[in-house]
Amino acid sequence: MADERRPLRRRDVEAVELDLLAAGIHEAYGFDFRQYSRPSFRRRVWRRVDAEGLHSITGLLERVLHDPAAMQRLLAELSVNVSAMFRDPGFFRVFREKVVPQLRTYPFLRVWNAGCATGEETISVAILLKEAGLYDRTRIYATDMNEATVNQARSRSYPIAKMREYTANYIAAGGTRSFSEYYVADGERVLFQPSLAENIVFAQHNLATDRSFNEFHVIMCRNVMIYFNRDLQERVHTLLYESLTHFGVLGLGARESIDFSGHLAGYETLDDAERLYRKVA
Amino acid sequence: MSGIVAIGASWGGVHAISVVLRALPAELPVPIVIAQHRSDDGPSRLSETLGRRSALVVVEASDKDVLESGRAYLAPPGYHLLVDRASVSVSTDDYVRFSRPSIDVLFESVADAYGEDAVGVILTGASDDGAQGLARIHEAGGVTIVQEPTSAERRTMPDAALATGRPHRVLELDEIAPFLVKVCG
Repeated sequence: MADERRPLRRRDVEAVELDLLAAGIHEAYGFDFRQYSRPSFRRRVWRRVDAEGLHSITGLLERVLHDPAAMQRLLAELSVNVSAMFRDPGFFRVFREKVVPQLRTYPFLRVWNAGCATGEETISVAILLKEAGLYDRTRIYATDMNEATVNQARSRSYPIAKMREYTANYIAAGGTRSFSEYYVADGERVLFQPSLAENIVFAQHNLATDRSFNEFHVIMCRNVMIYFNRDLQERVHTLLYESLTHFGVLGLGARESIDFSGHLAGYETLDDAERLYRKVA
Repeated sequence: MSGIVAIGASWGGVHAISVVLRALPAELPVPIVIAQHRSDDGPSRLSETLGRRSALVVVEASDKDVLESGRAYLAPPGYHLLVDRASVSVSTDDYVRFSRPSIDVLFESVADAYGEDAVGVILTGASDDGAQGLARIHEAGGVTIVQEPTSAERRTMPDAALATGRPHRVLELDEIAPFLVKVCG
């Protein structure tokens, strides 16, 4: 039978290739990118195609299927969340004002930094809680889908060149000390104090495929779900909702909301601009 | 046509974008997405400024906003803006050509999602961001427009866009909106 379909356009071919890549990775390695937001996924995949010196997404699929090291490099590209310490200083300022007083009433605190990437936000929360006098009764769970990234977060090592920006953020976030007290310089890098990590548990966890592992008083999941499509966002929102204690606080990124989470009625808004919500039902 | 208009601008862009938006009717049958270079920090009233004298509703885009005709979606500070066929996504991926939002990132996503239904517009700016993205829209069969460089507040960006591709139109600022109405109608 003759096939009368017209030849596929380049971007249609590409759509097929992206689906095959996501399916292949899922089959072979278990990481599920099938419900990632298409435009960002596509961009990151092409960056990897170029960096590997390849010419097509299918070429990348072949390489990652046969070479786990190439998969690791692609995973790094797909999972990295570029962040900064005290990114959106207003978020941390409002957190101090509106969330910390509530947290003081608890004898023990569990905080989940979901999608911690290289740990900038985790360190920021640790510093904030330390200054609020709450750190000693806190356990922070910092998780990311990429084991290598989690290990990097665990190292507490950051480029010294970033400290000027982070210091400005820290001050704008209402920091009460000198930011440089928290780290020591080591050549081109700085090492943050070991005491900041004393109560942090770093672990590999995949929001797209794994279940909850505890109940938390605070969950921060900022600029992580922006890489997911609507369906996956809903799934993750359910996971987060079910992982919060009653009156638990959810913090999202500046351009995210709970409007389409499927759990709108379950939260009250603590601060609209800084995307802080409290579970009430 | 169920298309989209993408506008990219940098230095001098707030004024230039305002001029274009002001001359567009509320019944424009397509959505508009905008990447204007801006600094990461601080609250911003750019969407209010741009929407003030326009019949269109101008909003700062939130992740997964559904694209509606007659509305303009502005890339938020500190984020890239990307579009899928019916909605937008934001990303905190690294700066591209020192920019976030990056015009190239937005335009490439527009070319990918909309192909020949896309219209790309490069306005004033002191950067070469957007040139590649506009070329991608061109390759995908979309319509490409560049502001006449000599009338732009900064001509680097229109010049770069002209050098990379052969835009369908090089227009004075006040000719852009009428042309958009024509191609989108």
